[in-house]
Amino acid sequence: MPGYADVEVGTELAAQDFALTRADLVRYAGASGDFNVIHWNERTAKAVGLPNVIAHGMLTMATAGRVVTDWVGDPGRVVSYGVRFSRPVVVEDDDTGTTLTVAGVVEAKHDDGTVTVALTATVGGEKVLMAAKAVVRLS
Amino acid sequence: MSLNRDFIGHEAPLGEPLEVTRGDIRRFATAIGDDNPACHDRAAAQALGYADVVAPPTFLIVASTGGSLGGFIRDPELGLNYAMVVHGEQSFAFHRPVMAGDVLNTVARIQDIRAVGRNELLTLVVEVTSNGEPVATVTNTLVSRGTAAPKQA
Repeated sequence: MPGYADVEVGTELAAQDFALTRADLVRYAGASGDFNVIHWNERTAKAVGLPNVIAHGMLTMATAGRVVTDWVGDPGRVVSYGVRFSRPVVVEDDDTGTTLTVAGVVEAKHDDGTVTVALTATVGGEKVLMAAKAVVRLS
Repeated sequence: MSLNRDFIGHEAPLGEPLEVTRGDIRRFATAIGDDNPACHDRAAAQALGYADVVAPPTFLIVASTGGSLGGFIRDPELGLNYAMVVHGEQSFAFHRPVMAGDVLNTVARIQDIRAVGRNELLTLVVEVTSNGEPVATVTNTLVSRGTAAPKQA
């Protein structure tokens, strides 16, 4: 785990690429209990005006959050985590999936031993999350 | 059809208490590709000072929406058409992490329903407790696409 004293504003977290496939969406539906048809049924997704099946916003949020929990090493140290969903993550019916790129940087250091991490999550260069921030408690 | 504004301020538990098992946490962690040992293995979690396996931060969405948006969010009187819903915003503020063995209770309140252009935004604030102790506050903004009443000329 990075030490509070060693972390500065501007410290970068290791960026990661994540592939999201239809299988990932189905798996997430089962684990989360969110079976909204727009996350697995192309016919319904298109009928309601979406380009295709879209990933659960919560799967995108959870995946982006891994950059933070991988960095800190302890998921229990996340004090808060919030995002705005700015674009749907469209997942085509193929084997490669949609690549979600997530980067993070320490944006603020607080006196109580916590730091704020700002996350950037993009698909094809477009931001899919806005105002994505996590506060984590370091040692 | 527009959402029923009478639901603003409506407050109720979202479904039955959720008994969190190690299996629930492992399954969720696996679904988001998180292989952190603290989410899968009790001994690894205990080495970090926890009583049992620790949930990834967003696991609480399971408790705070009754899985697939249960409870009064599904009340036909509210008028939310689930296929027209996309997620607008989401936040979690933790008093402590969620662990296996927790029995999570929720009290959800519709804080606001408002039109933004042709869409409507519904903000739901969920207080999550375990054995009467606060665990987290979960705030969820849903976008109901195209359901706002047209502007009067």
